[in-house]
Amino acid sequence: MANTTCKEFVAGTWNKEVDVRDFVIKNITPYEGDASFLQGPTARTTRLWEVLSVALKEERDNNGCRAIDTETVSTVTSHAAGYIDKESEVIVGLQTDEPLKRAMKPYGGIRVVEGAVKERELEVSERVKDIFYNYAKTHNDGVFDAYDAQIRAYRSKGILTGLPDNYARGRIIGDYRRLALYGTDFLVAEKKKDHANVGDEMTDANIRLREEISMQIKALNDIKKMGEIYGLDLSRPAENAQEAVQWVYMAYLAAVKEQDGAAMSLGNVSSFLDVFIQRDLEEGVITEEQAQEFIDQFVMKLRIVRHLRPGAYDDIFGGDPTWVTESIGGQFHDGRTKVTKTSFRFLQTLYNLGPAPEPNLTVLWSKELPEGFKKFCAQVSIDTSSIQYENDDLMRPNRGADDYGIACCVSQQEIGKSIQHFGARTNLPKTLLLALNQGKDEFSGVQLIDGIPAIKEGALDFDEVMGVFRKTMAEVARVYAKTMYIIHYMHDKYYYEKAQMALIDSHCNIDVAYGAAGISIIADSLSAIKHAKVTPVRNEEGLTVDFKIEGEYPKYGNDDDRVDELAKQITKEFFAELKKHATYKNANPTLSLLTITSNVVYGKKTGATPDGREAGVPFAPGANPMHGRDEHGAIASLNSVAKLDYNDAKDGISNTFSIVPKSIGTEPEDQKTNLVAMMDGYFGNNAHHLNVNVLNRETLMDAYENPEKYPQLTIRVSGYAVNFTRLSKAHQLEVISRTFHECM
Amino acid sequence: MLPAQDTKHLNEQDPDQLRIHSIESMGTHDGPGIRMVVFAQGCEFRCLYCQNPDTLDVKGGKFIPLEEIVRRAKNMKGYFGDKGGVTISGGEPMLQRRKLKKLFEMLHSEGIHTCLDSNGRLNTPDAYELLDETDLILLDVKHINDEWHKKLTKVSNVNTLKLAEYRESTGKPMWLRYVLVPGWSDQEEYLHELGQHFKDYKTIEKIEIQPYHKLGVHKWKMLGMKYELEGVEPPSVELIEKARGIFSQYFKEVKVN
Repeated sequence: MANTTCKEFVAGTWNKEVDVRDFVIKNITPYEGDASFLQGPTARTTRLWEVLSVALKEERDNNGCRAIDTETVSTVTSHAAGYIDKESEVIVGLQTDEPLKRAMKPYGGIRVVEGAVKERELEVSERVKDIFYNYAKTHNDGVFDAYDAQIRAYRSKGILTGLPDNYARGRIIGDYRRLALYGTDFLVAEKKKDHANVGDEMTDANIRLREEISMQIKALNDIKKMGEIYGLDLSRPAENAQEAVQWVYMAYLAAVKEQDGAAMSLGNVSSFLDVFIQRDLEEGVITEEQAQEFIDQFVMKLRIVRHLRPGAYDDIFGGDPTWVTESIGGQFHDGRTKVTKTSFRFLQTLYNLGPAPEPNLTVLWSKELPEGFKKFCAQVSIDTSSIQYENDDLMRPNRGADDYGIACCVSQQEIGKSIQHFGARTNLPKTLLLALNQGKDEFSGVQLIDGIPAIKEGALDFDEVMGVFRKTMAEVARVYAKTMYIIHYMHDKYYYEKAQMALIDSHCNIDVAYGAAGISIIADSLSAIKHAKVTPVRNEEGLTVDFKIEGEYPKYGNDDDRVDELAKQITKEFFAELKKHATYKNANPTLSLLTITSNVVYGKKTGATPDGREAGVPFAPGANPMHGRDEHGAIASLNSVAKLDYNDAKDGISNTFSIVPKSIGTEPEDQKTNLVAMMDGYFGNNAHHLNVNVLNRETLMDAYENPEKYPQLTIRVSGYAVNFTRLSKAHQLEVISRTFHECM
Repeated sequence: MLPAQDTKHLNEQDPDQLRIHSIESMGTHDGPGIRMVVFAQGCEFRCLYCQNPDTLDVKGGKFIPLEEIVRRAKNMKGYFGDKGGVTISGGEPMLQRRKLKKLFEMLHSEGIHTCLDSNGRLNTPDAYELLDETDLILLDVKHINDEWHKKLTKVSNVNTLKLAEYRESTGKPMWLRYVLVPGWSDQEEYLHELGQHFKDYKTIEKIEIQPYHKLGVHKWKMLGMKYELEGVEPPSVELIEKARGIFSQYFKEVKVN
């Protein structure tokens, strides 16, 4: 291969075939020290951030959208080069020809694009409308050609929501490192081999794969052309640190020019980049300041990734997130740490550029992480509330991979080897209400499931309720599975991620990621039915409108097995139902307990539940206990969530945790030590994910009242961070109402 | 104010259950590291500034089996790190000393660090036995002057000082805690006197100043009791620093909690 410039690197199989992990394993310099080596921003970085801050303010002032290109269909090569301030930029490239200008990607669905443009009082150009209404077919058109009446009903009544059927599914992580390590020429040659090796029996699968690989090769050639627009020769490997960062960014940029997936994550690029940075530092070619400058400017670009979204999208995904998730840290199978100085440099951007929700910085936590890194993470959490943590000691052995990233919030993917088909989620509390109402929607009375028997009058009997609930879950799972099948079939057909898939093995593993919302309401409802006396209150049509609860019952979030076991059991049973059904491309089913910010809209669409929650009240996010019901303090709450079995929810179990600074300790040093101990304890109990907010409620209330004072206030919500002031007022209030753990 | 009560039954009845007010699973202010803090119910002191007046009544609260406390503590072991563990606070935990001795033995057999946050009310043999089973005592000295102590708490400080002496004789670690109330416990001469009294104690690792606050006042009103420190404000930063300065002359570590 043409990798002659990299002869200083330790050779391996990576020189003969695409194998980035092998390169990293053989060349990484693990770092066990503390944060004292880190540098502040350069003058160029500061200048660039100032220019950008003006543009970001314009965006906020213009209701969250600075500009839209209504003429161009976005592709990898559609736009001329764009800059923030060319003189100051060491890492270049924008999605369009100017910062924060949003582009149209109508292959997901032209109506959504048109609607989003109209909301901004603009018009999609006649040419584009003509193409997409009269000639081209979109993913959305395809899906609705295949949906049946049952799926449409489930969708409109909110049993299934957030489905990626009118926007891109996202969640796929290209191995963006490949472009830097190999360049497009080598990658095209490898893909051509794959194409030639597809079996010659003409099955649907083989034809499809040949077509896909051909599209990937076209995408690689487009990436090369995009490089030329910026004066970069991406046909060859990166030759130094600056190029490595630049090449990785170009690969990612191609993905976000072509697709507008809900979550388009970055993977785990930091320690890969460290290999190049470390070499340049050792050879004296660059200084630490310059190394930090590359990362600061790369991160700055990631912060301004934008997609064109309609207002309604904000109900589900509040705060305009892009989930440029970068996974940092973790350990190798061989026991060495993956922490490098560049892991620190990524976190340092939160100081050099101030706190921000993107990129979604995710620390893969292991008990064995170097102490200096653990302490620095704790410090960054305390100062910025901008990072989330996921359990490397759990995922690494369980999923059998040590070179993985997180897609979106909590979804593990082995980089370049595995992808997932995103499946949004089902509303479990509404499923329970269907069970209690003979299969009818509790608001409209519309019959969604046949054959659910009426339950006897009076107080609810636990065994009887479990019987009808199981029957209902089975049917909801069946409809959910067929919906997913259709969505991913059509997405591949009409909106295939060719630029990302070009950077992934041609034969990759696929997970289909189902989701469930409202597990805490289910646990508390079933606990109330079991341990207290719960009597439904029904309207004249016989539909439940309220529940009368007499007596006390154990509540999820207090480390009480009597209720925590119910949460665990229902998760297991629902997943078991989902596994029974066929999946597109034989994907492996997984499940997440994650809500994004849709816990608010789910709440709105769900009637009163047997746990005493009133109609319309938001759910707790992810797998969190319901607000205010965790009465034994933070750790009892964490322990309840930790009991959920990762094997039943391998797509992730999200927990968002807010604590008042004073409650994690008096002295700054105690605060760090305690936060580290807390994380070790939580993940040591096999928990999966934790968002950490260290904030006072008063700060949020002040930001609610005076948003202009808090342009960079960042908080963790459900698997991602948001700029607080960019959330809708309803979402802001929901966040303020959450449990803030405070010592007595 | 709640009248004085007979507290004997707390120690002698229901040997396998502790009468508690509540449990805080993430305590970071009552002993080292992350701790599960159990607030025991019942107290003989009637501190004017009590922030948990709902823990005073010996018949209030609820029972929790000792085994359940151990189970919860075991689930938390991973969070304790090198330093954390279980703290029994209150209320006055020593009123349930026999049960607590048993509880601490059970916790020790699980390798869990134990800490007692006490006003040192008792000097009975079974109180000493509990102390011997306690890894760290946080001893609340409300006032060094007995007259002021009586004004503040309605009882004498003799037992507290005697308990400190006993602890010193065993050589096991102790932290002092001192609630700083403007006009009540901030007299310079008495801060010095407290320092003088304890300066030669080898078991005292640190003293914690706990600035008076009013966060518990609403509980007095809820309980229909008159709050006698109405009008007393939390100490100023200057006052806290002054007290810190004085204590620093006598103790190796002074912390404001």
